[in-house]
Order: sequence, then structure tokens, then C-alpha cells
Amino acid sequence: MADERKAGERDLDADDNLAIRIRGLRNQFGPHVVHDKLDLSVRKGEILGVVGGSGTGKSVLLRSVIGLNTPAQGTVHVFGHEVKPQERAADSQLQSKWGVLFQDGALFGSLTVTENVSMPLLEHTNLPRALVYQLASMKIAMVGLPPNAGPKYPSELSGGMRKRAALARALAMDPALVFLDEPTAGLDPIGAAAFDQLILRLQRTLNLTVYMITHDLDSLDTICDRIAVLVDKRMIVDTQANLLKSDHPWIKDYFHGPRARVVFERPPRENGRTE
Amino acid sequence: MSVDATAAARGWIELEERDGALRFRVGGAWVIATVVGIRRDIDRLRLRGRGGGRAEFDGGELNEIDTAGALVLAQLAGRLEGEGIEVSWGGFEAKYLEFVEAIRELDFPDEKPTRKTDSVMVQAGKGTYSVLGTGIKALSFFGLVLVAFWDVIRRPWRVRWTAVVHHMHMTGLNAMPIVGLLTFLIGIVLTFLSAKQLTQFGATIFVADLIGIALLRELGVLITAILVAGRSGSAFTAQLGAMRVNEEVDALQAMGLDPVEVLTVPRILALVLSLPLLSFFATMMGIFGGMLIANLTMDISFVQFITRIHMSVDPRQFYIGMMKAPVFAFIIAMIGCFEGFNVSGNAESVGTHTTRSVVESIFLVIVCDAAFAMLFFTLKL
Repeated sequence: MADERKAGERDLDADDNLAIRIRGLRNQFGPHVVHDKLDLSVRKGEILGVVGGSGTGKSVLLRSVIGLNTPAQGTVHVFGHEVKPQERAADSQLQSKWGVLFQDGALFGSLTVTENVSMPLLEHTNLPRALVYQLASMKIAMVGLPPNAGPKYPSELSGGMRKRAALARALAMDPALVFLDEPTAGLDPIGAAAFDQLILRLQRTLNLTVYMITHDLDSLDTICDRIAVLVDKRMIVDTQANLLKSDHPWIKDYFHGPRARVVFERPPRENGRTE
Repeated sequence: MSVDATAAARGWIELEERDGALRFRVGGAWVIATVVGIRRDIDRLRLRGRGGGRAEFDGGELNEIDTAGALVLAQLAGRLEGEGIEVSWGGFEAKYLEFVEAIRELDFPDEKPTRKTDSVMVQAGKGTYSVLGTGIKALSFFGLVLVAFWDVIRRPWRVRWTAVVHHMHMTGLNAMPIVGLLTFLIGIVLTFLSAKQLTQFGATIFVADLIGIALLRELGVLITAILVAGRSGSAFTAQLGAMRVNEEVDALQAMGLDPVEVLTVPRILALVLSLPLLSFFATMMGIFGGMLIANLTMDISFVQFITRIHMSVDPRQFYIGMMKAPVFAFIIAMIGCFEGFNVSGNAESVGTHTTRSVVESIFLVIVCDAAFAMLFFTLKL
């Protein structure tokens, strides 16, 4: 990562180094414009933290990227392929390249955890069933769930366990790109820190690109390479260090508020990311 | 990574044997798209019954690995170790090796974990217990409803009349087209059915007696009740069920409000008020259907038909039919709400209970109708 940085911003944002490329995106609901002329480049292999006030359209943007929402204007490319929401999901090969962790998990209530995790594998690959279930069990173990969680139904799990199970499902296909919608919300601080480390470890070993919507300042500080701030209907993307110096009133409030000060103004951690 | 997996070279494994030691050369892309082939290669290596010795994995030419590939590699290593072979690793990129090691450390079952299923006896026991439990719960819910209604009688101004009117609109007014159309058609069918038989005896005018009594006393209200059970009873269950899933019912309780009073009373009241009206409308539509067909097929004029009904059908028949309506309404609304409150946890449960609500309320409506029939027969009404 450090070598790449030296090469300068321009090369890093070359089209073939981008996992997600959004250009001129406009989303509106009736007269209410959510995003306007929004550009965003997510580089391969980075953890991007997306922050923004409530109602600024973080979830709408996520839905636009994964093709659940048709933007009024603009284009979204994922790994060089354009996302076309009107295309039938079955016709598009993109879905097997990303995994999505929805805010409340969105596990299928009628399937057990193992079946939830196996589902994308059974649908998208021709692996033998025995291997699929081994892979699913492995993913369940990988996200830190006990083996007896496998045969349980989502309604029998606690909120934190559901999040882990949902992450296991998002990772089922070994996607190169993972979308996480507030992964640590609703977890206790210990669980949240463990979840952060889990994401970081998976990201390093699997070379994942992570697009993470979060309100968790600790997550931003600990694991994110860059932070994207959704303000004024656009995205401002920069490293944490530069954003801390920003003059924008909202960004200033965000990074210098009483809660943020505790997180960002402590001495840099040794195991944290290089900035 | 797996994005380009299909384009990348496929993964491979080769076995060399030197001085009794095995040397596995591992290379290419060990990813989800290639592991099926790799597993086939491993099966071809015929590694069986060695018992002891050493094995080395050389991953110098490995250029991609994901969890599926790592799993296959870990499984192979595990199998060798299980046979008493000492396994060592060489040439792997540090992060790949770290990854494989991490996966080997995970503890997970080899097969799809299944839930323990109970023996037949245990299942029968649990089933009986749950039926009894539901019965007791239903009885206590009935009690709660009665208590809530006692409060209504003492303090009628406490009733949420807006909600009552809203539910009357939904369950009564909005049901009129479908209920009217169906009983109209049933009147037609009934008339066609009897026309043929009655013509044989030259007693065609009796069709008015038949239609009048059948619809006023039985069919009008019964058909309406069944339709409303399917239409509104299910809606009650789904509404309350969704509220339970969203913890809205808990929120009410936490605010010190009684869910039975807030949610159940207006629904029961609304249905008890609107079902008789709906039944009356349905009955009239049925008689109209009969009258129309009698006119068309048997040349009985409207005036003749109505006069005949006046002469031969006692108003008692109408009262008997009408007095059943509020009872049916109470059953439907109560079952609908009861099943709604029984919903637990997930969306599937909403579906189960909605089905159950409809089946139970139709069942009880018909049982109750049969009981009424016996009662009126014994009373010679």
C-alpha cells in the first residue's frame, strides 16, 4: 500500500485500478434531490468508510451501486462493468462478484444459517453439495460463530450473531468487493472491535475491497484506508488525516465533535492503518 | 480476485516422491471456480495407506487462493496428518500460508449440520401439549376480550371510535362489491338448480319460498361470514402479526396501554357492527339473483316472486339469520386478533398464523352455524 501511495493519486485512480467508479450520479425522489453530480472512485483493495448525516442518502447510494435503484442520471461501473438496474439479475454476472451485508442482516427467515450461507454457492457454482456445506460451515466459523449456530434459524439468534451470519453469507462467494451497511451498529464495543478486526483480517487475506457505511468512529479510525463524506449531495473522499484539517463546516463538526475528539485525537495506534 | 478467476489459469497439484517423502507442488489459481477440478486431481493422486513418512507442500507457483481453495488444501493436509504423515510447508507467499493456517485452525463440522429431530412419541407429546396450550391461551384471550368489553360497556367514551369506523370501512364497506357479487351468483345457481326439479312437479312458484328461506335464514349470513373470515380475519392477523414482529405491541404495553383494548376491541366492535349490515346486503343481492333467474327461466314476475315471499316466508327466518351475524363476527374478529398476537419473531410466522386464523374461523363459523341449526330445531323455530 505504501509503495502505491508514492506513485501519486492520479495513477491510483486510473480506471483499471478502481473497484467502483461513479460519475455524475443524480438521484432524486420527486422534487427532492438526494445526490447531484456525485463522483466516487473506490480503489481495489481499500477499505472505504462512508459517512454522512442521517438522510443524506448513504443507503440510496449503496442501492444505486448494487443496482437496486435506478439513478436519474450518471453511471456506475463496478470492476469496469456498468451496473444496469433494469437488467434482470440473472442475466448479470456482477452479483457474484460482490457481497452485501444489509443493515439488519436480511437473512432468509425460512432457512437455517447454514442454508442461508450455502444459497449463493448452490445458485452460482457447480460445487458438489458436500463441499458447499463445508465451505458454508467454514465461513460460519470464520466470522466467529460457534458450530451449533449453523442449524439455527435467524430468529433464534441474537442481533450480533445475525450480523455475523449475514457477513458469512455476504462472503460466501469469496467476492472481491463487499458492501457493509453499518456492520457494527447494535454491537457491544467488544463485539464491534472484534468485528472490525475480522473485517480487517478478511480484507488483508482475501484482498477485499470494502465499501463500508458506518457511524462507528472507532471503525473509521481503526480499519478504514480512506473516508468518503457525503455532504452537499456529493462525495468528498480523503484520508482521515486530511479530513481532520478540512474547513467544511459539517466535516469539521463531524471530526471535531466531542465524540470524535476522543477517537481521533489519541496517539496513533501501532496496529492501526498507516495514514 | 474470483472476479478474474475464470480468466486465470486453472489451479493444479502435482505429486513427486523423493526418498520416501511426498512433495506436493501446488500452483495456479486455487479459487472457487477451479476447486472442482483440483479436487478431481487430488482424487487421482491415489494417496492411501501410506502410514507415516513426510510430506511437503511447495506453493511457489501459487498465484491466487481464496477460501474454497484454502479449504481444499487444508482438507488435504488434514487427511495426510490423519494418516500419520508429517506435513511441512514451503515456498508459499507468507499471506497465503497465513491464510491456510488460519483456516486450518477453524473448528467447523464437516457435514451440513442438521437439527435433532424428535422421536414420534416426543413429537406426539409436544403436539398434544401445544394444542392444549393453544386452547388455554385462546380461552384466556377470550377472557381478556370479555373484560375489555366490560370496560367498554362501563366507559363507552373510552372506545377508539375513529379506529372502529376505519375498520368498519375496511371490513364492511370495502367488502360490499365482492360479497354482493358472490351471493348474487349463489342466488342464481340455487334458482337454476331448483328450477328443473320444481318444474317437474309444476310447482315453480315455490322457488320463492326456497330462495327466501335459504338465503334469509342460512346462506346469506354464512357466505358473508366465510368471505369476511378470508378477507378481514386474515387481514387482522397479518396486521397484528406484523406489529408483533416490529415490537409495536411491546411498545404499546411499555406505554402502559392494553393491546387488547387498543387493537382488539375496535376490530371486534367494527366487525360485529358491519357483518350484520353486510349480511343483509348480501341476502338481498342473493334474492335479487334468484328473482332474476326465476323471471327469465320460469316466467315468474318480480311482483309474483316478492308477493310469494311475503306470504310464505315468516319474518322469523330473517331474524334467525340476522342474529347469527354478530356471533360469527365476534368469532372471526377474535380468532383473527388471537392468531395475530400469537405471531412470533419472523415473517414466516405471520404467514402460518394467517392461514391458521382463516381455517380456524371458517371452521368455527360452520360449527357454530350447525349448533344454531340444532338449537332452533329443538326450539321448533
